Amino acid sequence: MSNPNMSVNIAGVTWKNPVTTASGTFGFGREYAEYFDLGELGAVCLKSLSSEKRLGNKSPRIAETNCGILNSVGLQNPGAEYFLENELANLRKYDTKLIANICGKEIEDYVEVTEILGDSVDMLELNISCPNVKSGGLAFGTDPKTVEEITRRVKAAAKVPLIVKLSPNVTDIAEIARAAEAGGADCLSLINTLLGMKIDIKTRRPVLKNNTGGFSGPAVMPVAVRMVYQVRCAVSLPIIGMGGISSGEDAIEFILAGANAVAVGTAGFIDPLAWIKVRDGIYDYLVENNIDDVNDLVGMINLN
Amino acid sequence: MLCKLISKKNTVGNIYDFTIEAPEIAKTAKAGQFLHILCGGSSYLRRPISICDVVGKSVRFVFEIRGKGTEELAKRETGEYIDLLGPLGNGFDTSVAENSDGAIILLGGGIGIYPLYKLAKELGGKATAILGFRNAAAVTHTYEFQQSCRDLFVATDDGSAGYHGFATDVLKNIAASNNIAALYVCGPTPMMKIAAEIAAEKEIPAQVSMEQRMGCGIGACVTCTCNVGGSNVRVCKDGPVFWAKDVNWNE
Repeated sequence: MSNPNMSVNIAGVTWKNPVTTASGTFGFGREYAEYFDLGELGAVCLKSLSSEKRLGNKSPRIAETNCGILNSVGLQNPGAEYFLENELANLRKYDTKLIANICGKEIEDYVEVTEILGDSVDMLELNISCPNVKSGGLAFGTDPKTVEEITRRVKAAAKVPLIVKLSPNVTDIAEIARAAEAGGADCLSLINTLLGMKIDIKTRRPVLKNNTGGFSGPAVMPVAVRMVYQVRCAVSLPIIGMGGISSGEDAIEFILAGANAVAVGTAGFIDPLAWIKVRDGIYDYLVENNIDDVNDLVGMINLN
Repeated sequence: MLCKLISKKNTVGNIYDFTIEAPEIAKTAKAGQFLHILCGGSSYLRRPISICDVVGKSVRFVFEIRGKGTEELAKRETGEYIDLLGPLGNGFDTSVAENSDGAIILLGGGIGIYPLYKLAKELGGKATAILGFRNAAAVTHTYEFQQSCRDLFVATDDGSAGYHGFATDVLKNIAASNNIAALYVCGPTPMMKIAAEIAAEKEIPAQVSMEQRMGCGIGACVTCTCNVGGSNVRVCKDGPVFWAKDVNWNE
């Protein structure tokens, strides 16, 4: 009777299994906690936090595409201090690791959120890749020099391991990954959403009020797997892979490409138990293939 | 959960009336709450559809084919199982209607009339319904409203049935000479906006059921927002029913 190990070590933080949530798809956990115990997950990655409250963009903020969605929420959030006072204690009831995703307009804003959060969470994820905000966000994530600088500045202020979340909206993802590594990142996560657009041909207007938005869901998965593979070849940091994962099989592709852990997001909008199904699917694959430890599978792609 | 489709009717045009076997939902469902339905085919996201009625262990919802999700849903046949979440969201607050002597008005437009049917039953037949349709060919479900309401007024945009004009015109006429205790509105946003203006002018407590493109349906993705009380609130979790006076209609 095999009982494969599912536990992973991500930058010194032990997760009971390699599955977490993609920031912005899981709120602060309250909603999905009505469907399953958050302690079933290796980690919970929270909705992006800024130093000040953000109202976000106007609606419509979501559009359906073939096998995916576009969103333009615009990082609506109640601010880091509100989170500490009103959400953190509830999340700490669950036996899981907490990752706070942080955003800002200027580098100073990121540093400020990092200082506010301190060591209240287990890990930080630097959001330099959101396509839905006019300043900051994507602008930081597409230039290697800026990526290195913001990573260095936030790392200096961080009291917990720092994940840098990479944008796919770049020509060379490996170059950005190396820049984050040079800046002192402890871990990389990818991909954030791809910049997209959906047009209503009756009105000839974009469906999203913001005109463009972030593309996610099963349709983006091959792009994400390719990028995880390229980043795995470029750096030795742990990688959290994400982008369209809906099943254990999908997650295994990411792990084979070089991800140490995976995040599930959009799939949860269709099935609130998607995270649990992905976790169980990974486990089933290990059992079926006589693999003792999920870590043994990382990067074990056989190239042609 | 998977619920068996036990009855399917194409009433008029592209309007479909489905009844599913859903004892758990039937137990708690309130007027104004919705089901989040996986339609299948090439549609990806679930579709939010209001609950129209509950009878025993069965739950009824009525929808119009508007896109590829609802088109796919309309293809489902009796005996098949439908994947849905619910009941979701907050229902109408009937306490204002119950504690006052004035008229209780249900104002519905197009497919917005259906959540008001369940509300009419919850209000024990005391409400007056004003239902607006595009034209006579689109008029449907009026007999049921007539059975479960004190009065029924029908309006059509082109005058081919009932009052010639908007349902909000009928509301205006009623409000001019009657004391209205409560107003419940569900329909196109421009209609709800006019209703909200009439309610504000006459100081009528009014609730509206907002519609927005939706993602998860349970409050996590924060995509289906509308501006209420100066904040972008979630239609799925904080609504879909809101007090009309709190909604920023100019957003």
